[in-house]
Amino acid sequence: MTEPAPAPQDLMHPGHVGCPGCGAAVAMKFAMRALGEKTMLVIPACCWAIIAGPHPQTALKVPVLHTAFATAGAAASGLRAALDRRGDNETVVTVWAGDGGTFDIGFQSLSGAVERNEDFLYVCYDNEAYMNTGVQRSSATPFGTRTTTTPGKGWKAQRKKNIVEALAAHRIPYAATASIAYPDDMMRKFRKARSMKGGSRFIHVYATCPTGWRVPSEMTVAVARLAVQANIFPLYEVEDGVRYTLNASGDRPAADYLQVQGRFKHLTPSDIEAIQAMVDEDRALLRRKIEMSRGEG
Amino acid sequence: MKAVLEGSHAVSEAVRMARVAVMSAYPITPQTHIVEALSEYCADGTMDARFICVESEHSAMAAVIGAASGGVRTFTATSSHGLALMHELLHWASAARLPIVMAEVNRALGPGWNIWMDQTDSLAQRDTGWIQLYCEDGQEALDTTLQAFRLAEAVNLPVMVVLDAFFLSHTYEPVDVPDQAAVDRFLPPLDPRIKLDYGDICAMSQMAPPGVYMEMRRDIQKGFERVPGAFAETEAAFADVFGRGYGVMEAVACDDAETILVLTGTAAGTGRQVIDALRAEGEKVGMLKLKMFRPFPVREIRSVLGGAQKVAVVDRNFSFGASGIFAQEIRAALYNGKSHPPVFGYIAGLGGRDVTVDTLETIYRMTRERETPEAESVWVGLN
Repeated sequence: MTEPAPAPQDLMHPGHVGCPGCGAAVAMKFAMRALGEKTMLVIPACCWAIIAGPHPQTALKVPVLHTAFATAGAAASGLRAALDRRGDNETVVTVWAGDGGTFDIGFQSLSGAVERNEDFLYVCYDNEAYMNTGVQRSSATPFGTRTTTTPGKGWKAQRKKNIVEALAAHRIPYAATASIAYPDDMMRKFRKARSMKGGSRFIHVYATCPTGWRVPSEMTVAVARLAVQANIFPLYEVEDGVRYTLNASGDRPAADYLQVQGRFKHLTPSDIEAIQAMVDEDRALLRRKIEMSRGEG
Repeated sequence: MKAVLEGSHAVSEAVRMARVAVMSAYPITPQTHIVEALSEYCADGTMDARFICVESEHSAMAAVIGAASGGVRTFTATSSHGLALMHELLHWASAARLPIVMAEVNRALGPGWNIWMDQTDSLAQRDTGWIQLYCEDGQEALDTTLQAFRLAEAVNLPVMVVLDAFFLSHTYEPVDVPDQAAVDRFLPPLDPRIKLDYGDICAMSQMAPPGVYMEMRRDIQKGFERVPGAFAETEAAFADVFGRGYGVMEAVACDDAETILVLTGTAAGTGRQVIDALRAEGEKVGMLKLKMFRPFPVREIRSVLGGAQKVAVVDRNFSFGASGIFAQEIRAALYNGKSHPPVFGYIAGLGGRDVTVDTLETIYRMTRERETPEAESVWVGLN
């Protein structure tokens, strides 16, 4: 399968309305470079429902369907079906949803759609809370985070939902993580997903939110890189729900990642130790899966 | 060709002949026979269409919104709790100006669980921007479904075709099923005014700040103001091909009627029999069968009911803390008219309880005996 040529130009107009240093805007720019202009985006309620611009403007050079919060998987299924009826086999219908629209309110329609193995790419740009509404906790918010609904001593005491594992459990052809700090890896995954037509593809993109995480806007990429280097957000792919490949991870202490962000400033050394133990446990689990799939190789 | 069809299958036959391209639905009694038939048509190749088996009614409406935004003809069907779950997306479909057609089988809402006839589900969606058309029998269900596509596509608004649970959805009647060629003459392929495409790249349903939102809402209302004309045109074209028509309402023996009963759905069929019987006894009674609920046909309501001495509205629905919903609307429609006969509101036949000849005769006599309504609503047939 030949990979489509990169888009001759960026498919975002200058002048989007994201916050300074918005990781989700960087993510869109890289994603669209890899996907190209025969892409239709389906965007549920999320930061990008705003970033894309108000009527009558749009920050994107491809058609966009904005949809209600819980509906991205279903609306994309319908759009794909319509394009099939129209004989358009070239367009890649691509959902572009935040963590709320993916992990929480949109999870049902996403699960329904990927269980049907709908022919689309679903991208979750994950900024780990409801940022658009003012930094409220989601099920993508990591353990230890302060948000406006997990404030003060009530910081989030539950672990982040592992969305890639949930998607892999649906045995879809492709699920992967990607980071804006690793653009070559990220764009390779988007090109790969584009070429894998005929089934559901899912990419979980780590998207720093300087506003919600309380980091300086110039730290967007640095924080994203630390997340991979500290194995908080390892880069890996899962094919057909069982074949795991590790692309990038690291051995830096979780503390290096946690201590540069205001949202974790309250954590005590023992809290950080607890988080390190969770990271180590996750790393061991992922390694076992990778080894198992090698064994099946 | 005449066939003996269940009301549900009158709808599914119409959807087949309308050459719908994408359908999506979630099962709920008593709507299931419609979508089972359509699934079969997709599976055996009778229809060149995709049926998307979603995991909820919310997703069913989302899927047809996605497909209609892609510029193809779409259909879904639901009932009761399913319609209530869709509520958010009913607003979305109309504000996005998508010509989606939905069959809605009137069923009671729980608790307690009740799968039987009740209109509160559809009437509770009156502010969502959907055209609503109520059907009396299988023929009207088939014809109205065909008309709904042409009407929806003329005004870029979604249409809800409403059927009584069981009394219509599961009742077998002789129905004239037209030829495909005749349907094709009446209903040309969809030529969408708006769709997602590369020629004219746009964002659909995006953020609308205060500077544009109000105009968008006004535009939807302008669309609704075009519905009476578009419906008349649809009916005229339908009559040209099939020789039948229904109107936004039907006045039966109303010209000299002192008392007019207002009925909807299958109860209108019973009403016809009651009017005949009472007329034979010399009673000056008529019936107004209301078909179109949104847009509400205020001018026609005033014209038919304004001349009566008394109006009796039978509501198989209820708005708690107020009254029957059709009665509310009719009172409001008459208020600014030239004459306003007293409107007697009756609540009958909720949750599948039958509205019989006796029920309607009782309502008529109660209305005759009283000068003015003693309450906004009188509940009839309580145990």
